[in-house]
Amino acid sequence: MKSHHIHFSLNGEKVSLHVEPSDVLLDVLRNKLGIKSPKVGCDRGDCGTCTVLIDGKTVRSCLALAVEADGAEIVTLEGANTRKWTQKLQRKFHEKNAFQCGFCAPGVILSATELLEKNSRPSSHDIKEAIAGNLCRCTGYEPIVAAIEETVKGK
Amino acid sequence: MPITAEFEYVKPKDMDEALHVFSLYREKARALAGGTDLIVHLKENLARPEVVVDIKALEELSGLALKGGVLRIGARVTFSELIGSARVKAKFPLLWEASLTVASTGVRNRATLAGNICSAVPSADSAPALAVYDAEVLTLSVKGARRIPIGEWFTGPKKTALLPEEIVTAVELKLPEKKHGACYMKLSRYEGEDLAQGGIAALALADNTYRVAFCALGPVPARCPRTEAALNGNKLGEKVLAKAKAALLEELSPIGDIRSSKEYRLHMAQIMLGRALESAVARLFKKGSKYGTENIC
Repeated sequence: MKSHHIHFSLNGEKVSLHVEPSDVLLDVLRNKLGIKSPKVGCDRGDCGTCTVLIDGKTVRSCLALAVEADGAEIVTLEGANTRKWTQKLQRKFHEKNAFQCGFCAPGVILSATELLEKNSRPSSHDIKEAIAGNLCRCTGYEPIVAAIEETVKGK
Repeated sequence: MPITAEFEYVKPKDMDEALHVFSLYREKARALAGGTDLIVHLKENLARPEVVVDIKALEELSGLALKGGVLRIGARVTFSELIGSARVKAKFPLLWEASLTVASTGVRNRATLAGNICSAVPSADSAPALAVYDAEVLTLSVKGARRIPIGEWFTGPKKTALLPEEIVTAVELKLPEKKHGACYMKLSRYEGEDLAQGGIAALALADNTYRVAFCALGPVPARCPRTEAALNGNKLGEKVLAKAKAALLEELSPIGDIRSSKEYRLHMAQIMLGRALESAVARLFKKGSKYGTENIC
């Protein structure tokens, strides 16, 4: 396999490294770049815990090749300070105890970030739809939806 | 899970280069757009390509355009792009509604309509809408271009009419000549993301003609000509619906699997047909529910 030299922006900083064609973005973020907020869950795109923002859109990093990230702008929860809503969401999740084990939280918060960047007045249905791809096995989702609703209201 | 298979990665900037790779490698080349199926297949060793061809730099494959009653959806167009298009929502509401049921936002941001029909699983949510809008799949290879009607596209579970040296460049849908109302009814185990246990698309036109198609209720998604014949020329009513349901049962051949039994699928298909038709007719007369709000689970 021919390795590729790729460059991308990670949480506002320039990154360049060599990757193999078969390297998965999630593994490169976690194992080569020390980015641990995206988690390895189902590893096949169903659970959403590996969610990262690529060019402002949530993407399953377990379903992207690292080489595809060349030229992209990637934001993970570690780069929360680079987005308008992310830290507000984090504070509200903490306040509302909107997670227990926390495994899903990075993905949920990034999905909510994407939603609020597109639509700062989402309905409860919009919120549920936006996080439908992020599985949480602790909370039953109610406190998560409440935390997102209250973030919007700025309570 | 790492990918253990070894392959080369190329990202052609022009179409000639891409077609050359496919003519050279044929079955050993796989096109990569959203990758939401391909990467899973690579991880599970179900796909063993020698070269993965990233088609996301090919400008010819981008764009949504409606011209002369034909909607052209480039092969790079994602489900999120379809959902974000006011034109798709206004003119092809059934496709819009079906797109909303595909997986979740994080998948729809990458997954393409063309990829959905190339993966060709029996439960492909976009397929009934494409069947109902008389879609054609546009392909290209070094030998030239082809147009394949959607009815001839799916040749078996996970099998299509695409030749090894070809790629899909676009999918074209025909705008019905008259006003229409439609509904995609997807049966799943819960709201949120799930594969369809069954899907029924119904479209009603102002002249009492109807179009019906399904997914996950047979080996390949397809139109239901006998069901349509039972409906055409009639106002929707109990007797007509009973005939249509009987005809539908003859056209379906679902399997029983981990998601539901064959009997359950057949039972629910009839209920879904009724609800989808009623919703389609109500929407035709602007009395129905908003698109994207019908759910059955």
